[in-house]
Order: sequence, then C-alpha cells, then structure tokens
Amino acid sequence: MSLHVTRQGDSLIVDIEGQLIVSNRQELKQRVLDEAESGARKIVIDFARTGYIDSAGLGVLVSLAKRLRELGGDIRLANLNDDLQTLFELTKLDTLFQISDTRERALESF
Amino acid sequence: MAAFGALDLRIPSDVAQIEPVVAEIVRRCAAQGFNHRQLALNLPVALTEALSNAILRGNGEDAAKSVRVRVSMRDAELTVEVEDEGMGFDLEACTGDPTLPENLEKEEGRGLFLMRALMDRVEAYRANGYVVRLTLRCGGHAA
Repeated sequence: MSLHVTRQGDSLIVDIEGQLIVSNRQELKQRVLDEAESGARKIVIDFARTGYIDSAGLGVLVSLAKRLRELGGDIRLANLNDDLQTLFELTKLDTLFQISDTRERALESF
Repeated sequence: MAAFGALDLRIPSDVAQIEPVVAEIVRRCAAQGFNHRQLALNLPVALTEALSNAILRGNGEDAAKSVRVRVSMRDAELTVEVEDEGMGFDLEACTGDPTLPENLEKEEGRGLFLMRALMDRVEAYRANGYVVRLTLRCGGHAA
C-alpha cells in the first residue's frame, strides 16, 4: 500500500493505493493522526486506487473517524467501487460514514 | 480450463506474509472461473482474515511458530485450510455481530463475521494445530 496525501483548501485528501489490511493499517492511522495533530479537521479518503480492505483496515477507519469527530472534524469516503461498497454495506459501516461517488462531492459535503 | 495446482505451504508468523499468499491463491482461482466479486472481495478478504487470525491470535506473532496453508479444489469447490499452533477458539462463541448499533463504532470484531459472510462455509477443528477451513463454490457465493 502507498499513501498519497494532498491538500485542497482546508481539506486533506488521502489516496490509498493497494490493499488496506492488517500489515499496513498502522501507516494510515499514524499519518492521519499526525495530520489531525497538525490541525487537519476535514479529511477525505479516496479509494479509487484501493484493492481490498480487511477488518483491520475497516477498524482503523472507524477509529480515525471517532478521533476526528472528537476533535470537531470528520472523515469522508470517496470512490468506493462496487466490491468495497458491498463490504461497507455488509458491515453496516455505510451508516457510520458519509460516502460520495467522487472526491469533489466528498469535499463539498463538509 | 487449466488444472488447479494444489498448494501446501508453511509461512512464518509475520503479517507481511499475508498479501503475497492471498495474491497467489487468488491468481490460481482466477484461472478456474471464479467470478469478479469472488476474486476481488470474497476470497481476498476472507483469506486475509483467516491468515491474520492464525498469525496474530493463534500464534501470537511468535517467530518460532508457523502457519500452514493448504489449498485444493474439487468439484468446483475451493477449500483453504489455515492451521496455526495455537489453542484454538470457539468459532460460534467468538463470532459476534459487528452490525449491532452498540458494536458499530468498535475498532475490532469484524474478522470472523466477514469470513462467514464471504465464504460458503467456515469450519474449525483441531488436528496437529488448530485449523480453520474455508470453502467457496466457484461462481456461486457472491456477497
């Protein structure tokens, strides 16, 4: 997995390329927490180039959303393909996150 | 259709081993007619859960312990057996429902649930070590 982080206005966009799984979830968690410590409050996670996500990856997303909400911010998800959308529906995490079909819509949703 | 090459391998208790093993099993299944959803979601997620469970919980990431992975296919049914050196667990008792409102914001507790949701069968038994057996019918189950 590789992470690509870009700023757009007062928002942060995190692209996840590859799999988000147990072996690399800490990398995403630490990177987003570091950005939150530096003041980032609006974070979009873009899954356009993501393969699959396991329960550890889902757990990190839940944990990060909780932390951002505690800080008065939030995380929005964008570009889930049909398989990832199904994964979020199976686990009902589609009710916990606001999911947009493009990163632009995700940015507008803040 | 190419013959399915059965696998029998032993990997160290290191989560970095998961992704290449999953990729190899998915690659073999792709040649057998498994559908896109099975190759992109059911198989990789369920296999990752079984392997991480064996490495982290079964073997406690103990470098002296290994995980055995056996993969075979018969009558269009894939069977993957993941064997660790741990004490085992009660599959039924340990499978909670992470979709309940009180569990939704928990970081953990989705692994066994996903395995069972994405496979046709998940069984567990004791052999030399503790074995979790996943079964998926080619072209059948789609989450």
